[in-house]
Amino acid sequence: MGTTMTQHPESKDSQAEKKPGIIRVEGMHKWYGDFHVLKDLNLAVDQGERIVICGPSGSGKSTFIRCINRLEEHQQGRIIVDDVELTDDVRHIDSVRREVGMVFQHFNLFPHLTVLENCCLSPIWVRKVPRREAEAAAMEYLERVKIPDQATKYPGQLSGGQQQRVAIARALCMKPKIMLFDEPTSALDPEMIKEVLDVMVELAGSGMTMICVTHEMGFAKTVADRVIFMDGGEIVEEAPPSEFFSNPREARTQKFLQQIL
Amino acid sequence: MKKQTIDSRPAGPKPWYDPRVRALVFQVISLAVVCWAGWTLIGNTLSNMESRGISTGFGFLDESAGFGIIMHLVPYDATMSYGRTFWVGLTNTLLVSAMGIVAATILGFLIGVARLSSNWLVARIALAYIELIRNIPLLLQIFFWYFAVLSNLPSPRQSMEVGGALFLNNRGLYLPGPITPEGFGLVWGAILLAIVAVVGVRKWAKKRQMATGKIFPTVKVSVALLILLPLLAFVIAGLPLEWELPALKGFNFGGGISLIPELAALWLALSLYTASFIAEIVRSGILSVSQGQTEASKALGLPNGLTLRLVVIPQAMRVIIPPLTSQYLNLVKNSSLATAIGYPDLVAVFMGTTLNQTGQAVEVVAITMAVYLTISLLISLFMNVYNRAVAIKER
Repeated sequence: MGTTMTQHPESKDSQAEKKPGIIRVEGMHKWYGDFHVLKDLNLAVDQGERIVICGPSGSGKSTFIRCINRLEEHQQGRIIVDDVELTDDVRHIDSVRREVGMVFQHFNLFPHLTVLENCCLSPIWVRKVPRREAEAAAMEYLERVKIPDQATKYPGQLSGGQQQRVAIARALCMKPKIMLFDEPTSALDPEMIKEVLDVMVELAGSGMTMICVTHEMGFAKTVADRVIFMDGGEIVEEAPPSEFFSNPREARTQKFLQQIL
Repeated sequence: MKKQTIDSRPAGPKPWYDPRVRALVFQVISLAVVCWAGWTLIGNTLSNMESRGISTGFGFLDESAGFGIIMHLVPYDATMSYGRTFWVGLTNTLLVSAMGIVAATILGFLIGVARLSSNWLVARIALAYIELIRNIPLLLQIFFWYFAVLSNLPSPRQSMEVGGALFLNNRGLYLPGPITPEGFGLVWGAILLAIVAVVGVRKWAKKRQMATGKIFPTVKVSVALLILLPLLAFVIAGLPLEWELPALKGFNFGGGISLIPELAALWLALSLYTASFIAEIVRSGILSVSQGQTEASKALGLPNGLTLRLVVIPQAMRVIIPPLTSQYLNLVKNSSLATAIGYPDLVAVFMGTTLNQTGQAVEVVAITMAVYLTISLLISLFMNVYNRAVAIKER
């Protein structure tokens, strides 16, 4: 892994201008009707940092990262992404979404477009990149996720692991500053999990700012700078992986780790 | 080397248990029954008609019809033939069907989208419209518009009028008709040129976007071209257009363009009724595209309009088109309810008056049925071709 990460030119640049607090979440609350889903969340992520969020199901982890690109609305507190605060202003939301890529549990590729068209859609219509350039860039990213030979196929023709790698390439084509992963391996067959994790590890090595909701503790141990444990809509514990796995402070964290490890 | 094939399969079943033999036997029996029924039917009809002295054949189409028709798109008067009444009826049917399909499609799409609006009031109004209209029989709605609404308009002498040019009364709506003297050809030319220009601009804009990434405001420019070019030609040609105003002559208006209340009532009822079904089809089509697709599109930074245009609608269309075709077919066939209010469509004129006067029931009914069948099959064919064009390959 160490050798692959230094091959990418971006890694040096992003290391050079590490920006503190590219994501700032301050006292954020969210309700679904009367149900208090997210309670007083605070988080600051620096550029190039890799965060893993884990926790039992229903703890609000997915809802939390979906708030960061405003797929969900928060009702109280502030979320500031790359100096833009998420408010009701559509222009703010659109500009944040341009800089934040997202990978979903169920891939959500567009079934009516080929793999290459999936990757080019947003660069062409949002970044207004000429088609030829967009396609060339998309092919580079498809090579990076190791499926350039599938470019002319439709998503329905690919395996789950391949689809998820296309989804990662599609998000990268927008050249985002931040990548959000919402349980990217949870819908995959066991033998396909590794190929997706390999791509994510490689991406982490290139200096991308990443927030991953995942149950892959091996991934958390090797890649994460910090692990966040959520339960009942709160951040219960936050620690570097070495500390988090060997020496968890909170009882709830200990119980969770016992169950999954 | 000696090669020997031994059929090691167990012996086949008795012939009457063999599905292939059974299928063949049933087919032969069905064919025989159909042939016998057809033969009997034709033989019976012919002998009955002969015993009553009814002549067969299509000679009656050349005889003079001798009755008037209130609305005709092809030249017609009472001295013309029964064959001519067929064309009058057919063109009237096609007119109301085409007008109905266009109006129902536009209205249906609008209401279908409104039904999904996040605006509570808009969504509720759309819902109320759909539930009210699609649950009342179409014939009742035709009667409603004809007898309850349009018949209660004032008589010709008390017409509602707008600026002495537009008159509305219980005989219809009267509009000024354009008279196009020489020189107007320039305007037609300009319209044609504008259409060609729009096609050209669209192609060029797409090519340029692919090459440089710049997005051209195609729709705005197209609309401007379509309006400005003909207008410019019109002014250059020295405003070569006169209007013939409708005027009261005797008991009714003459001159200009008129829309008879029978057509208006039928058109309104058909459009509104079919639109309520199309609205539901459009809604189901849009809802069939999963929420995840919209989320993925938004997460990629595509704004709402582009998400709808590039992601949702292409996927919704494949669900919408097949049932939409059925609605178009229904509308064309439902237009035969025209008979109830006296709109001179194919059924009212040809299968009604012409049949009554000539007594050639078999021929007239056969022609009419063949016409509806042909129209329906043509619409199906067209929609299938379109469906194939928008269908998603996926694999």
